[in-house]
Amino acid sequence: MAVAPLVEELKGGLDAPICLTWELTYGCNLACVHCLSSSGRRDPRELSTAQAMSVIDQLRDLQVFYVNIGGGEPTIRSDFYDLVDHAVDSGVGVKFSTNGSTINAARAEQLAGADYVDIQISLDGATALTNDPIRGEGSYDMARRAMDHLAAADFGPFKISVVMTRHNVRELDAFAALADGYGAELRLTRLRPSGRGADVWHELHLLPEQQVDLYNWLVQRPNVLTGDSFFHLSALGEALPGLNLCGAGRVVCLIDPVGDVYACPFVLHDEFRAGSVLDEGGFAKVWKSSDLFLSLREPQSAGACASCGEFDACQGGCMAAKFFTGLPLDAPDPECVKGHGELALAGVSAGTVIARGPDHSTPVRLSRKPR
Amino acid sequence: MDGSWELHPQVALRPEPFGALAYHYGNRRLTFLRSPELVELVRTLGEHGSLDDALAASGIEARRWPSYRKAVASLADGELLRPKAA
Repeated sequence: MAVAPLVEELKGGLDAPICLTWELTYGCNLACVHCLSSSGRRDPRELSTAQAMSVIDQLRDLQVFYVNIGGGEPTIRSDFYDLVDHAVDSGVGVKFSTNGSTINAARAEQLAGADYVDIQISLDGATALTNDPIRGEGSYDMARRAMDHLAAADFGPFKISVVMTRHNVRELDAFAALADGYGAELRLTRLRPSGRGADVWHELHLLPEQQVDLYNWLVQRPNVLTGDSFFHLSALGEALPGLNLCGAGRVVCLIDPVGDVYACPFVLHDEFRAGSVLDEGGFAKVWKSSDLFLSLREPQSAGACASCGEFDACQGGCMAAKFFTGLPLDAPDPECVKGHGELALAGVSAGTVIARGPDHSTPVRLSRKPR
Repeated sequence: MDGSWELHPQVALRPEPFGALAYHYGNRRLTFLRSPELVELVRTLGEHGSLDDALAASGIEARRWPSYRKAVASLADGELLRPKAA
């Protein structure tokens, strides 16, 4: 059974995504400063319940085993739990990301009884002092309240999902302790300059020495989840667990609230829009034959990284991080651990127009406050 | 691996150009089965009394059985397979 390295096969793309993110709404009651999708207001063209149900049927037919549901705050859709039930009944497991605002005691009880539903609560600081400047006043307590409800309902190991910043990277051990205290899993992901993240990325992304600290911390803790977020750090030494490649359009993609399909959750921009689930042929056709996805599955040029000995380890890093900092896609990652990114960023001239995705800022208000 | 085995009922196989993806709905683990012969072997394992019977029926050359035995054992470790109830 001599076989080519798995990663080479994955680069050519799969028959259906492994990891599909579906943002159900741009509506959100928070206004996190780094929101990837610049969420706040709902888009009037948001998929109807019937359209969303049909997306689930398409995913079932493609044998997409699970879907990561996010937003915006997905639970503010009044049909949210109907969609979750339909997905689970169709063999499409659900992991949903929430700020916790709608998880009250009764909801936690109900969720604890559901099979194939995972919950990820976003928290960007181990204390309110670190978290609230990023996610908004009161958001720390809100998230902790949701965790308390899930723990009290015996939900099992939910996930605590943290976007790493210059400030909270000092709290890694505290996050781990918090997760342990709940019997939860810790998930750390990379801050990207996507959506409103572009406005804060320069002040919040990890400093070079912090990237090294994070890498060393992660190497010691293979059970900490990262969603393959930090593969650019693999150039520091042994590879972190995961596929260690940019999965955009190959194993990963995103469906946005209006049904548009993008190459990954971090590139909500026309340039990376492959089509729509509402197009003839639906999601399957977009996944299998859109020009964008087919081109992402072609061998990619190492570009400016061709002469770097670490290219095999880091694969040139994250496409979205380059795109939204004004770098060409074959430039080094802006956070290249060899320092090539800083040089490249310095070369982005002051007059360069840096791409931005659509803006849905302005939070919605929840009519009912959870207890 | 002694006895008879079958694909765990909570495991789904999705065909892929390199073989298949196996997803275990119970432990949420994703496994890559990287040979179409292995996929077929795993899929039909439950119809046979033993792994060797399944191998014999598979048409896979006998000299390659050791590597398939190893692959199947590692799938059993990952709970993608389970012993068949007698």
